[in-house]
Amino acid sequence: MIKAATLLAAQEGEYNPLLPHAYELVIGTLAFAVVAFVLIKVLTPRIQKTLAERTEAIEGGIRRAEEAQAEAQALQQQYREQLAEARQEAARLREEAREQAAQLKAELREEAQAEARRIIEAAHAQIEADRQQAFAQLRTEIGRLSTELAGRIVGESLEDEARQRRTIDRFLDELEASSQQAVR
Amino acid sequence: MTALTLLAADPDKFTPPTPQELFELAPIAGIGWLTKPVLLAILSSIIVIAFCWSAFSKPKLVPRGIQNVAEIGYTFVRDQVARPFLGKDADRWMGLLLTLFFLIWVWNLMGVVPVLQFPVASHIAFPAILALTIYVLKIYLGIKHQGAIGYFKNMMFPPGVPKAMYILLSPLEFASNMILAPFTHAVRLFANMFAGHMLLAFFSLVGFWFLFEQLTPLGAPIGVLGVVMTIVFTALELLIQFLQAFLFAMLAAMYIGGALHPEH
Repeated sequence: MIKAATLLAAQEGEYNPLLPHAYELVIGTLAFAVVAFVLIKVLTPRIQKTLAERTEAIEGGIRRAEEAQAEAQALQQQYREQLAEARQEAARLREEAREQAAQLKAELREEAQAEARRIIEAAHAQIEADRQQAFAQLRTEIGRLSTELAGRIVGESLEDEARQRRTIDRFLDELEASSQQAVR
Repeated sequence: MTALTLLAADPDKFTPPTPQELFELAPIAGIGWLTKPVLLAILSSIIVIAFCWSAFSKPKLVPRGIQNVAEIGYTFVRDQVARPFLGKDADRWMGLLLTLFFLIWVWNLMGVVPVLQFPVASHIAFPAILALTIYVLKIYLGIKHQGAIGYFKNMMFPPGVPKAMYILLSPLEFASNMILAPFTHAVRLFANMFAGHMLLAFFSLVGFWFLFEQLTPLGAPIGVLGVVMTIVFTALELLIQFLQAFLFAMLAAMYIGGALHPEH
């Protein structure tokens, strides 16, 4: 290196570019020191602080956006669940109403049938009573007729007991037949 | 000297610029230390501080204007330089790495700014100061975090190597870390700017000489070529200026990272 320097110096006369000037070393040191001081002590901390704040702001913004999105999704999920629940509830209520209606209808029908049955039975009972009454009336009628018949028989000569009996029987048969017709 | 005497002896002949002409600059206003690179170094410091101050003194959550631009620089240094080599320690060293990157880039850009046109880092004193600062910081941090013995042990006796290899490896590792690393750190930046400035000066002088000073039918195409090459090399220089600033900061991050956490 020294050889090269001396060679260079010999070739170019006095000038040797590898030998620094003392005053340039001093000025260079000062020029560098001043810039280094200002940049290291003052300016770099400031820009680093700002860059950190910017990163924080951006990351904070992203985080907040993510939180908001998560919240919105949770809310949407909740609404969806509530809606489904409400629909289910409505369906259940409809089903219940339908069942109740069916039950009510069945009950009404049952009641109506019972009422009809009751009316029919009452009618039957009435008819039976009427029949009984008619029958009772008939019986009194038969008594009266019998008395009339007995008068007639007494009035007539008792020729033949057998004939008498036949007459009575015939009469009773006729009576029977007519009374039955009357009842019907 | 020889070039100057040649130029004086034969004013009709083209002579390429010598390093002495280009880099040995006369003091301004008779003050010995007040030279162009010194002025540009001071101007660069003012520019970097003014730029960073207007961007970062009152930073906004939603960046506007110059803060946007400076934040691109900040995130570039953080993601491409600091984090790959320093990991979770990246934020602690951002100030220093930002200083290195911005300051060196502005120094280098001075090489293509019209009128100024002198890369500060082509005078070795300026890159040497930065490299020396990183070198001292590296050793200080290494001893602080690994202990004096541990630091040199980790450096010279990396694990996972056959024992016999240490005879060869240890001196090499020591030389590479303690002598070559700071030297190449400074010289890489210096040499790139030095060579770049020489190339630009050479091609622009070709253009100026053959198109203005000695305009001849035969010389004119060479002059045009000189102008075209100046433009092409200026574009290339812009790329190299950025790359060297990036590389210097990256190596600084690598050295600091290596001192904080020994390689396993």
